[in-house]
Order: sequence, then structure tokens, then C-alpha cells
Amino acid sequence: MYRVRFHGRGGQGMKTASRILGSAFFRSGFEVQDAPRYGAERRGAPMFAYVRAARREIHERGVITRPDLVVVADDSLTASPAAGTTTGLDEHTVLLIASTETTRTWQDRLRHRGPTLALPIDPADSASLRFVGAACAAAAAQLVGVIAASDFEAALRDELAPLGEPAATQNLELGRATWRRFEPHAGLVREGPDAVASISERPDWIDLPFDAARIATPAIHGAATSVEVRTGLWRTLRPVIDEARCRHCTWICSTLCPDGAIEVRADGGPRIDLDHCKGCMVCMAVCPSHAIESIPEATADAHAPEELQP
Amino acid sequence: MSRTLITGNAAAAWAARLARVDYVPAFPITPQTEIIETIAGWIEAGALDARMVTLESEHSMVTAAGAAAATGVRVFTATSSQGLLYGLEMIYTVAGWRAPFVLVNVSRGLAAPVTLEPDHNDVLAARDSGFLQLHAATAQEVLDLGLLAYRVGEDERVRLPAIVNLDGFYLSFTREPVRIPDPAEVDGFLPPFESGGLGFRASRPVSEAVAVLGGGPYSYFRYEIHAAARNALGVFEEAAADFEARFGRRYAPVETYRADDAEVVFVMMGCFATKAKAAVDQLRDAGQAVGLVRPRMLRPFPGEALRTALRGRRAAAVIDQNLSLGFGGVLYGELAANLCGLSDAPILASFIGGLGGRDIPPSEFYAIAEAARDAADAGAPPEPRLLYTDAELREMRRLQGIAAAERSERPEARR
Repeated sequence: MYRVRFHGRGGQGMKTASRILGSAFFRSGFEVQDAPRYGAERRGAPMFAYVRAARREIHERGVITRPDLVVVADDSLTASPAAGTTTGLDEHTVLLIASTETTRTWQDRLRHRGPTLALPIDPADSASLRFVGAACAAAAAQLVGVIAASDFEAALRDELAPLGEPAATQNLELGRATWRRFEPHAGLVREGPDAVASISERPDWIDLPFDAARIATPAIHGAATSVEVRTGLWRTLRPVIDEARCRHCTWICSTLCPDGAIEVRADGGPRIDLDHCKGCMVCMAVCPSHAIESIPEATADAHAPEELQP
Repeated sequence: MSRTLITGNAAAAWAARLARVDYVPAFPITPQTEIIETIAGWIEAGALDARMVTLESEHSMVTAAGAAAATGVRVFTATSSQGLLYGLEMIYTVAGWRAPFVLVNVSRGLAAPVTLEPDHNDVLAARDSGFLQLHAATAQEVLDLGLLAYRVGEDERVRLPAIVNLDGFYLSFTREPVRIPDPAEVDGFLPPFESGGLGFRASRPVSEAVAVLGGGPYSYFRYEIHAAARNALGVFEEAAADFEARFGRRYAPVETYRADDAEVVFVMMGCFATKAKAAVDQLRDAGQAVGLVRPRMLRPFPGEALRTALRGRRAAAVIDQNLSLGFGGVLYGELAANLCGLSDAPILASFIGGLGGRDIPPSEFYAIAEAARDAADAGAPPEPRLLYTDAELREMRRLQGIAAAERSERPEARR
């Protein structure tokens, strides 16, 4: 059975990537199961999706703990233990990271024991950021080596049909280019073994001790802890205010910001708190004078952004 | 009938579409919302001729479903977790109206604490309501049991609403290959709802669920619901036989998997049971005679089928994805009552697992099978085990360490 996990941020298209790969496997005659898993259900939050494919009925279910291939669409996730990108990796697992940095850099940085590959992101080419999902799906489909190009392309068209024709074609072009780029690595990912009962480790079951109610109650005692969580790190798009156009009707953007991340400056203009702005771009949509635009976070600035400062 | 990849939620929506439902009262809640979104899309596109109304709560939603069904139209609705509990007063009430419709529940653990992932405590709160209760393990079953639920619930020997349950995330958001039946063939299996004497009309007022004083009349009505629910066992078998003849898929009230010669069987409900199937295959590869017994139907309780499946086994490991707080596993308790007094009943070993979506890995299934076999060797049931590992407790202690630090800090010391 093939077991593939896609990691990304909400909005990057990893659920769609898993569906493209799932449909491509299915068209190639495999039994398939694919599913997304997310908690906060917010654009920019870490999420993952997974695909199982086998030539027989699939009884396994739920999160993949021993992946054959892990695809990471956003390289900043590798620094976040909570994102779980490296969970269950062993020397058999192929690790593919979409990044502006090189394969060599990721091999040195992560020291993963199995094959590590970078999926190149070109900051100057907005398509490589916007359609990273199609690229990830194409690379994954090529790496497993059992999917025909025609099945991959048909699967991509099926899954992206709801986006309309221009977007589907743009995704397909990037998908094709990525497919060709990874041709030398076709078949690098191998099917992993099933669990074996006779060599299994015993679960370290315990009898749960009784705790006093003041301990065993799901209460939060520290106030304002959300301030501590730098949700600005989730952002894939950054809102930028054009001060020349801004009419200082700041109550609109600051009220409608779902995260309360826009405050009013002394001069009445808005200030965006990039520590906590998740990049949902609601402010851009509601600004009456169109004074807010979005730029890709990956190209926002080369020097240390505000949210990374101590 | 080619196969298509769809989620468990989409399969539930397809059941409503193929049943040609007339009315869909709705209220959103994760992880169910995809079902009503899918149906809303079909209505918008003209693919389904139905009226959808978003109500202000699940309490109103279930009331609307029952009232509409009492007029003789075909009704579909769906909810989950806290939503089911919010509508629970009316769940019990509309069953007493004898108004048949299908409610899909997408299982999700109950507060507190709040979670999104599945266990069965939500749907088990509706266990004693008079609703028929079917538990699906695959997306295909969600669709097929949805159609069977209409056929059985609308049968004049039954006339009760039905819940079809599927597990959140593990099934609701998981795509699997599903055969979507041909609409014309479904029409043959499921003709339009003939409501008979129900006939509630706006111009002809009827008061449903009047008050009765005195235990005699009250008991009469409650016993009648019970008799109708018991009838559903036989009606389900008939409907399932017709379904198999038309569509080739067989749905017994109790599924058995590699159980014919099994010494030890897992007993569990819902889609985690497919994980048990994988473990059964692996244990068989290791030379162990292990199988699976899975009730698809919880209400009415298929006692005879379960006795047949379990008699003569050495041990049955009942894995409850629920916890009746202060008692233990609900299915375990029901099976113990069902097998009581039989000389060839298996030793029952009780396990609680999968609460709030906690995974049950293969290694735990192996250890459960071993514990059940040990109990059979010892001739006595073991203490119920709440599946929890040392690693999980250590992680919990780490989180509690953070909470304790927060508690001891003065608020003004925080930034």
C-alpha cells in the first residue's frame, strides 16, 4: 500500500493536492482513500491531508503514521513541531519540500535518513506560489511511478473543474512542468509494508490515576494567551496599506478584521499587527478606497520580518 | 454503475438525492455541514427538486422534520454532536408522532471539553428515543443504509424515524470508492412515501402528541413505539434481501468478518471497525483465529443475530467508542445482558477506545485480542480497560505543567 501525507497551510491547496493524487491513483486502477485533517479551520493554519492507495480493499483508516512519501508545501512548517511534518519518517520515507532553497540545503538542515528532494519555488513566478498544490500533486504522482501522465492530467482536470477554465489550465501547465522535472525520480517512492502482528510492540497501557477536580478540569487560567501565539506565521498573503489612498475610515477595517489585528494609530490611520494577522485579506475586500493590497508573504521582504523580531 | 470517489458526507447527501426527498430542514455544525452544502448545491443547480429551509436551531430543525413528515412528504436532515443534543427533546417527541424520516448524524465527541473528532456518545444519547439507529462503516454503507432507512422507517409495520450514523473525519471527510446506484433502480426499491393515515394539512389542524393523564394510556403509546421498533428487525431483513437482489450488496443487521472459525472476536460499531478488519487479517497471518462482529443496527437491537454470531466463541473483546460515565461501555453492557444465561456464551472483555477520535493502532488490537484470550484461559472477565498509554499521560502532564504555571502567575505579570 502507498501511504502519502501532504502538509501545508489552510488555503495552499493541500486538500486538493491529495484529491488529485487520490483520483490519479483511482484512475490507474488502485483502491483509494484520501482525507484532509485540520483543527483550527482557518486560512494559514497548519493542516495536512493524506492518501492511501492499494491494489486491494483498504481497511486502514485515519491519520498515516508511517508514510512512504511526505510532501511539505510550505517550508516554514518544518520548524514547527506541532505541524508534525516529520512524524513517523524513517529511511524508507521520501521527503519532498516546496522551497526557494535547494535540495542540498534541506538535506543538511533536516538530516532526514531517507531521500530528500526540494520542489523549486521561484519567488519571481507567482504561479509557482499560487498553484503549489498542483505542483505538489504532480511531483507526488511522478515519484510513486505507477501513474500514467494521462491519468494524472485527467485527475487534475476533474478536481479543479470547480475553479473554472483559466485556473484549471494554469494549474495544469505548472503540473505538467513539474511532472517533467521529476521524471528522473519516477518510482523513488516504494510501497510500505503492512503492520505485522507477530513482531508488534506491546502498547504501554496504564491505569489512569485519579486527579482532583481542580487538576482534571479543562480550564484555562492564564488570560490573553492568544497574544502569545504568533499566528502571523500562518500568513501566506500579507496586506499592505497604501497610505496615499487610505482615508482613515479605520473603524471599517479594524472592526471587520476577524482577529482584531488592526488597531487605530494616534493619527487615526490603521496599523496592522503582523504578529497576529493571518492574511485572510478580509480588510482588502472591505476597504472602501481600495487602499489595501496583498503581496505573497514569501516575497514580502528578504530581511527579518517584524514578527520574527524578539 | 461505475465507482466514484466521494466522502462519507457526500454519500449521505446522495442517499437523500436518490430518495428524492421533498424537504430538508437544516442547521450547520461541523463535521456535518458538507452534507447540507452538497444538497443545497444540487437544489440550486436543479438536480434535486426539494425545499431546503435553514432553521434557527436543531430543536426547530427536528420539529420541522417531524411536522413535515407528518404531512406525508419525504424528509431528510442531518446534524452532529451538540446539535443532536440540542434537538434531543424533539428527537424523543417526533418518534412518538410516528413520523418517518431520516436523520444523518455525523458522530463527534461531546463537551466538555469541546472537540471535533468522533465518538459515539452523541448518537447513543438518542438510543432510547424510538428512532431506528444504523451505524455505517464505509461511505458505500452510508449511502445504502440511508436508502434502507427510508424503506424500513416508512413501512406501515414500523412508521418510525431513523438515524444513520457515520463517524466524523474518519468517514465524513474521507473519500472512498462508492457505487452510486442508478436513480431509476432506486425508484424501484424505494417508491414514493405513502403516508396512509398521517395526512397532516394546514387546512385540517391536528394536534400531535397530546397530553395523556394516567399510566395506562401513556404506557399504551410507548409500548406501541416499542412494538414498531421491534418490527423493524424483520422489515429490515426483508428490505435488505430486496436491496441485495437489486444492487448486489448484502446488509445483515450484524456483519461478521472471518468470524466463522474464530476463537476470539472483536465487537465494535462504526468505521473504526474497518481498522479491526485490518488487524484481523494481520492476526490471521500470524496464525491466530480472530474475527470481527459488527452490529450495523443498534436499534432495534439485533439480539438473536448477535447471539448466533457470538455463541461458542472463547472470548469477545467489546471495543466501545463511547463511555457511559460511571458505568462503562454501552455496547458491552447490552451484550452482557443479551448473552446472560447462555451456557456457551464467550467471556466478555470490555475496552473503551477511540474517544474524541483517539486512534486505535494495530498494536492495540493485537494486545486486545491477547487480553481476551488470556481472559478465556483464566475463565473470568478482566477489569474493563480504558485504552490509554504512558506516553499519552506524559504528554497530558506536560500540558498540565503549562496550565499550572499559568495559574500561579499573577495576571499583571503577563504581558
